[in-house]
Amino acid sequence: MTHLSTDVLIVGAGGAGMYAAIAAARNGSSVLLLDKSLVGRGGATIMAQMTVAAAISHQEPDHWTLHLADTKEAGRDICDGVLSEILCEDAPKRIHEMDQWGAHWAREEGHIKQVVAPGHSRSRCCYVDFLNTGPAVAGTLRRQVSKMETIKRLSNVAVTDVLVHDGQAVGAVGLDVIEGEVVTFEAKAVILAAGGLTKLYSRNSASTNMAGEAYALALWAGAELIDMEFVQFFPIAHLAPRLVGMDPIMWDPFRYKLGGRLLNGNFEEFIHLYGGSDAGKYTAVRDLASYAILKEVEAGRGSPHGGVYLDFSHLPEAELRGAFGPVIDRLLANGIDLTKMPIEVGPTAHYQMGGVRVNGRMETSVNGLYAAGEAVGGANGANRLSGNAISEALVFGERAGRFAAEQARHVTSAWNARLAAPAVDQVRTLQEHKGKSGVHPVTLQSELKDLMWENAGPFRTADKLTMSLARINEIQRHDFTDLAISRERQFNLDLQDWFELRAMLTTAEAVVTAALARTESRGAHQRLDFPDSDASFVKNQVLQLKNGRLTVGWTPVVQSQVKVVEI
Amino acid sequence: MSAISGEKTALLRVWRGGPDQEGRYDTFKVPYEDGMSVLDALRWIRRHVDSSLAIRYSCINANACKTCMAVVNDRVEYTCTARLEPTTVTVKPLPKRSVIRDLVTDTTPAEEKLESFNQERGQ
Repeated sequence: MTHLSTDVLIVGAGGAGMYAAIAAARNGSSVLLLDKSLVGRGGATIMAQMTVAAAISHQEPDHWTLHLADTKEAGRDICDGVLSEILCEDAPKRIHEMDQWGAHWAREEGHIKQVVAPGHSRSRCCYVDFLNTGPAVAGTLRRQVSKMETIKRLSNVAVTDVLVHDGQAVGAVGLDVIEGEVVTFEAKAVILAAGGLTKLYSRNSASTNMAGEAYALALWAGAELIDMEFVQFFPIAHLAPRLVGMDPIMWDPFRYKLGGRLLNGNFEEFIHLYGGSDAGKYTAVRDLASYAILKEVEAGRGSPHGGVYLDFSHLPEAELRGAFGPVIDRLLANGIDLTKMPIEVGPTAHYQMGGVRVNGRMETSVNGLYAAGEAVGGANGANRLSGNAISEALVFGERAGRFAAEQARHVTSAWNARLAAPAVDQVRTLQEHKGKSGVHPVTLQSELKDLMWENAGPFRTADKLTMSLARINEIQRHDFTDLAISRERQFNLDLQDWFELRAMLTTAEAVVTAALARTESRGAHQRLDFPDSDASFVKNQVLQLKNGRLTVGWTPVVQSQVKVVEI
Repeated sequence: MSAISGEKTALLRVWRGGPDQEGRYDTFKVPYEDGMSVLDALRWIRRHVDSSLAIRYSCINANACKTCMAVVNDRVEYTCTARLEPTTVTVKPLPKRSVIRDLVTDTTPAEEKLESFNQERGQ
């Protein structure tokens, strides 16, 4: 067994984790940056083909308070004011720093080019051509990380437990999937930057890595979660024809640049029937668009694969090529000729607005435990604006790293190997476990993903939520306890799947419990049995594990008091 | 689990084994749909037939993570973009990398491997 010690331990090496590593290192800490895939290659950041929102005023005059006003408006009155202020005020600093590091933001006439994404009142969204924002952000951060000698990177390690002693995070236990070896980590501060929970849903737009581990690890460590009912469903993910080699949410940038028309199965426009507008312009925010599409499908006016059509056939080929160059050829290789045919799109699980509850220093309620990026809940309220996710990764990552470094300067290691024993034994037991059921973890993962999509997806009811909660609890008590694990030592995915499934079950329970308790509809949380927003629910929901049971509490929204600077 | 009769299938011959082993080929019958990738088929095998198959991937579909490379019918390919055909397809690990197990080869940068961390070992 390997034991490693560091000042700051970072769980997850996407945009937030890598920025946190840089910030912690330049504030004097030694850093250990972990990823269960490869550092800088897994997770959500690298898949972001879209934009990064920041009021840098390059395209037109803008101010961070305008960005804040737009974020609050989209968040349906429940954004955490502290976090959304930080997000909007710090985003320009991070964009400029990334620019210095060579992120190659798209430019025109000497300035960074910015476009309008739905819900933004200004041209505020930076990007990297063509559809390359995420890979460019990940690559830039990866280069910076590798230049810093006090950052050590460790790939292929999945963290199974964060260790807490006397209310203080002191390290973690992980599994090296390559060799099947247990690793213990001793740290003065731990940052959870393991992204979201898209893997809980059978229809999702993200990489396979994000199984809600950040939330489960936080709960098990004693920290609080906030607003877990708000899962964002991306309205126009690709459904058909089958498309490989492209991100399923690639149509968003197409709509920014080219408009395009959203049509139901009868080739009629429909967004206006639901209080939005479309008409060849992309203005409807995500919760409204997802709702409108699924309502059309429910009314029997969907496309053959259960979505709607997105059509660019009215545009000349030269305009398509001007906007997306080589991407048009990649589409043709997939048999998709946009000048001749519409494609089918529909909602898919995309992002978690809720998450680990932190203050402005990214501190959880457990001393020494921090969160960053999508793992953090609250900044985006009930609905996130397009463009805010990478901003959040960079901004919260930088702060988590900086404040964790400060923490590390003031505490001494409270490591004790005995704390790690239960988690270490768990891995060893599974490695020897035969399992009589014959059911492997990946099979149960599939069942859970279907259960969540059908019952805790874009439309919810008390009946379906109650039924899914009962099944989740039954899986936890019965099915999960005797799964079959294959015996290979090296690269044993059954073993990794088992730990993922354990986290998925805890996180699914949190989402469903929170969705049941919010008996209203707001933003991404749509209850068919409570279709209206209820002013008495302008509050945030807090979940915590107490004696092994999930408890629900409510807290008033900390509303931002910042005055908008009109420009 | 075999595919439903009457529908198109692909036969995947997949190399299995560990480091420095001669290895063997296992053959899996996989239901075929137009547009499927080789990775789709490998993931189907893990879910429905043999979860012990070792494969590496992250982004599933987007060709962004670049971690799913293998040799498909004698060509080095990203399995997420290599199209499956309803015929026999042979998949084996990358030739110039050491095998970890099955289709997973050693593609981790040296300084990011556990073996490069030898401080404070042996607790």
